[in-house]
Order: sequence, then structure tokens, then C-alpha cells
Amino acid sequence: MKKVLERVVKWLLTASGFVTSLVILLIIAFLFAEGAGLFRERVIEEGYVLALHPDNPVREMTAAEIKAVFDEDITSWTALGGPDVPIETFRLEDADKYFTEEQLGAQYENAGALISELIGSRPGMIGFIPESMAVDGAELNFIEDNSISPAEVFAGTEWFPTATPAPLFGMLPLLAGTLWVSFFAILFALPFGISIAVYMAEVASPRVRGFLKPVIELLNGIPSVVYGFFGLIVIVPILQQVFGLPVGESGLAGSIVLAIMALPTIVSVAEDAMRNCPTTLREASLALGATQWQTIYRVVIPSSMSGIASGVVLGIGRAVGETMAVLMVTGNAAVIPTSILEPLRTIPATIAAELGEAPAGGAHYQSLFLLGVILFFITFIINLTVEYISARNRAKNR
Amino acid sequence: MDTTPTYPTGYGQSKRRAQRAAFGIFRTLSLIIVFTLFAILGFIIYKGAGVISWEFLAEAPTDGMTDGGIFPAIVGTLLLMLGSAIVAFPIGIMSGVYMNEYASKSGWVVKFIRLMTNNLSGIPSIVFGLFGMALFVKYLGFGDSILAGSLTLGLLSLPLVIRTTEEALKDIPDSIREGSLALGATKLQTIWKVVLPMGMPRIMTGLILSLGRVSGETAPILFTCAAYFFPQLPTSIFDQCMALPYHLYVISTSGTDIEAQQPIAYGTALVLIAIVLVINLLAGWFRRYFEKRVKTKQ
Repeated sequence: MKKVLERVVKWLLTASGFVTSLVILLIIAFLFAEGAGLFRERVIEEGYVLALHPDNPVREMTAAEIKAVFDEDITSWTALGGPDVPIETFRLEDADKYFTEEQLGAQYENAGALISELIGSRPGMIGFIPESMAVDGAELNFIEDNSISPAEVFAGTEWFPTATPAPLFGMLPLLAGTLWVSFFAILFALPFGISIAVYMAEVASPRVRGFLKPVIELLNGIPSVVYGFFGLIVIVPILQQVFGLPVGESGLAGSIVLAIMALPTIVSVAEDAMRNCPTTLREASLALGATQWQTIYRVVIPSSMSGIASGVVLGIGRAVGETMAVLMVTGNAAVIPTSILEPLRTIPATIAAELGEAPAGGAHYQSLFLLGVILFFITFIINLTVEYISARNRAKNR
Repeated sequence: MDTTPTYPTGYGQSKRRAQRAAFGIFRTLSLIIVFTLFAILGFIIYKGAGVISWEFLAEAPTDGMTDGGIFPAIVGTLLLMLGSAIVAFPIGIMSGVYMNEYASKSGWVVKFIRLMTNNLSGIPSIVFGLFGMALFVKYLGFGDSILAGSLTLGLLSLPLVIRTTEEALKDIPDSIREGSLALGATKLQTIWKVVLPMGMPRIMTGLILSLGRVSGETAPILFTCAAYFFPQLPTSIFDQCMALPYHLYVISTSGTDIEAQQPIAYGTALVLIAIVLVINLLAGWFRRYFEKRVKTKQ
């Protein structure tokens, strides 16, 4: 009886040991299942076609070109390899500009035939119409509706997930925004982080250290949404005044908030590393006549470099993945940032802001899961880097 | 023989000056960070203290969230903390016990599990939110519910629980285990009667801190649980609920009447900060109290 219990418990404990691995596998599986679905989606909104005059030779348009055409940024077919005719766009809402209500019929029952005829008679027209309406007008040409290509997603520079006829899922601006704020956050946090770590590990008296440690822990404990709130109410207006910005929500505001949030990670890991530096090394240096400061930057810091690096990398991980605070203070403009004073938008903020509105299972929804996959991989690589650094360090110290 | 090393004139002075400058910089930067923390806390306490009243804490929001209190959000956050504890504590402690007591210390299993646990702790909370939505809300069909939110938050806090359990048990000397085994106790009895009680203070500290983390998380519950407005209290685990962090987010960014809602935002932020402060103090107190009673280190 006792033996059975022992075995059952052992089995249970072993099973729970693998729960984290299972969770990671599930995260990968579910994120991928949804995210990869994006590449099976069509470029043009489901159930719609882009219809052209039968003589128009243009067959293929990228999502970006479709958007440019309908935004009237491209105004001639020559730009798309077609004849030299100006482009006229037609959306279903435009139907009453061309036809009266009686012509269209109360239930729009004549609309299909009329619109098809209209597009068939205008050489420069491109119509964004429901598939069902285009069937009866057989005299039309259609833009080929390809699936969304990875190149358009990963190298695309425009993020317009709700644009019609063709949403744009270019993720570069989001990736650039994420890296840009994180870079500046670490730039701000680094001098503070290293200084405080050195101060706590090497210089401060036990009493001062006993005061600083809870301060750092508390900074780590404050919820990100409170940081976001503080940033929104205090930091954003200050930045707006100081730099004379039209809006204070900017990459800089995000970086400052992120720097405060990444700081505890950097400090605690780096401090641990320095405290683990063998006392004999320190004493040897001091015995040679070096001052405490010389010992710190010639002996202690170099010998605990890998630990410091781990802290910094973990801090980057924290900054890259941070959602709420960034969402609240960066202004969320999906453009590739050229200056830190402009609003920008990060990957986590995009997911948080848009997932609630994206219809489940649609291309937009899937694109947000794909962003999740990207984020997962960035942090995964960061974590593996930290593991690698500390494994190498352990091997060296053995 | 004269063995005094020769230095360029003024060397000793200049290196002392360098040290003074460097330490001065360290001290200044540390002070700035201390000041930052107190600025954040002070600002929120100063602005929020006037809002806090019994009505604010014990009443539901009224008038389109421009008046009334935050009671449902407090209850929601407490429920989510409880739910995540039910998910994470047993699994986390068991996993930590397995890692330290059963698995061979240098084997690939331990290395693999530790790698995975570390990775899990580094995954951004918004990814947990996506995952929770895909698995619990959609695939398992729980809908937006306390159940889905608790499971998501539980998984999020799992690595912290595992790590603190492991750390706590690692410091218990083997001689104590061997003593118990030598008296004829089985391995399970040793763990249950000797190892776990000795590790308990530090495990508890870790558990309390993980609750603190859960209480402030917003991103994981955005799409798994949190409701913008749900003034009645939830009656089952399949209900949605309000939660303090989400409430603060909504009210400070997309409120209907930002002016009227500002005080509520300050009050909510203060309650959140208070929870974090209490939890940190509690954890610190717990650690000190039990470390006096149970000596885990020799």
C-alpha cells in the first residue's frame, strides 16, 4: 500500500515537472495554428472581387498597389503596366452616384447587371464589388486574388489591417517600433542599472543596501498599467512641453517608462553576478595597491561581465514584451519611426489594441497571432542567449 | 633596500579622485532611482488618497463609470488571484519538489525542464493572453470567463512558483534528509514531514510574491476574462469579471468622460499600488518571521 502511494506520488510529481514544457509546446502550437492561417487568406476581402474593363491587361496587383489605387495615390494604369488611361475607382457605395434608386431596384436586385455594365463600358474603371454581382456580367476581367504572401507581411512597410478592398499586414513598422523603443529604453536604463548594481554590490554599506534592495523590488512589483498611467498623466505632458511636440505620446515617453521597468531586472541580475565574484580576486587587487574603484572596474566588472550581460539581455526581453505601459504612452502610430519624438507602435501594443476588435478567424485576427509568434520567437531567442551566457559562465568557473 | 614602488607624482591623489568621482556618480544615480520610485508612489498616493472612501471601495460604478466605486473590480482581482493560485500553486510546488528531490541533479531532464521554465518566465504576458484566448476561450469553449482568466494567469505565474520552491528546497542540507531516511522514513514521508515544512517559509514568500504579480497583470486577461463594465458580482466561474488593472487601463485611456473619471483612475491606481505594497511587506515580514523560527541554513 505504502509502495503504491510512493509510486503514484512520484509519477504525479514527474508529470507536473513537465507542465511548463507542455505549456510552451501548446503556446507554439496554438499561436502557429492561428498565425500561419494568415498565409492561406486571400489578399482581397472575402466574397469580393476587383473587376476591370475587358480590354485592361492588368491581372496582378499587390495589396499595397490595390490600396494605393483606391486611396487615389496611383491615378494612371501605366504605373501598373496597363494602358495610358486614368484610373476610376468604384465601390459599391458609389452606386447611387451613377444610378438612381429606381434603376437599382428596392432590393438592389438590378445592381449586379448595371454595375457590371458600367465597369464594362469604362476602360479605366476598377470596381470593388461582391462576387455575386459580377457573375452575370461575364464581359469583365478580374484581378487575380492570390493568397497573402510572406514577403508582403514580413517586408511590408504598411500596417492597415482594416483597409478595404485589401488590408495591408506589413509588419516592419511594428517590428521597427518595438526595437526602437526597446533600444532607447536600454540605453537609458543601462547607466543607471550598472551604477546601482555596482553601488549595491561593492560600495554601499549594508544599511544603504538594505534600503535600496526593497526599492528595486518595489519598482519591479508596480503593475505595468500603473506605470502606463503615471507615464500618461505625468511624463507625456512634460515631454510635450519640453520638446514642444504636437502630441506628447511618443517613442521617448515609451522608452522612459520602459527604462524604469527594465531597470530592476538589470540591477538584480548584475548585482548577483558581482556579489558572486570571488573575494580572493578582490583582495588580490586591493593588496596590489589598487583603490576600490580600480578594483571594481578592472577586476570585479570584467570577471562578472557575463552576469551583467545576462541582466542586460533579460532587461531587453522585458522591454520588448511589455504591453500595457507602452500601449498607453507611445501614441500607437504604425509608421516606421524616424525619430524618437514621434508616436510609434510596438508589436505587443498592436496585439492588445486590436485583438478585441478583430473578428475571430479572419485575416486580421490571424495576423495578430502571427505577431504573437514573432514576439514569442524574439523572447525565445533572448532567453536562449541568457541560458547560453550563463552556461558558458558556469563552465568557465568550474 | 627601498621597496616603495615609484609612481608618477600625484598618482595616488588622482586615483583617489577618480574613485570619489565614480562613487559620487553611482550614489547620484541610485538617488535618482529612489527619487523616481517615491515620486511615482507619492504622486499616486497624493492624488488618490482623497478619492478613497468606504463608498469608493464598497460600491459598484454608476453613471456610466463616472461615479461610484470599484467594488466589483476589487472582487474580480481577488477572485483571479485565488483562481490563479489554485492553478499554479499545486503544480508549481510539485514541479519544484520533483526538480530538487527526484530528478537527478545533472541529468538532461532537469536541464531541459529548467530551460523550459526559464523560457516560460520570459514569454511576454500578451503572448499568454493570445494563448489563453486561443486555448481556453475558443478551443475549450470557456468563453470570456474567470476560469479562462485564472488558468491563463496561473500558467503565467507557474515559473515563479517553481523557481522559488526549487531554491527553497535546495538550501536544505542533505544531512537532514539522510537523518530522516535513516530513521526508517520513506522518501515521501521525508519530503512531506521534513523537507516541505523546512522549505515552507521561503516557498510561501514566493507564493505571496507571485500573487502580487498576478494582481497587476492586465495583458493576459484582456481577452480571456476582463469586462469593461460588469457591476453585479460574478456568480459562477464562467462569468466575466471586472479587474483593477483593466479598470485603470480603460478608465484612463478610453473613458467616456475623462475629466470626471480622473479621480476614479487615481483611486484605482492607489488601490493597486496598495495591494502591491501590502504583498511586498507581507512577503518580507513572512521571510523574516520564519527565518527566525526555522533555520534552513547552517
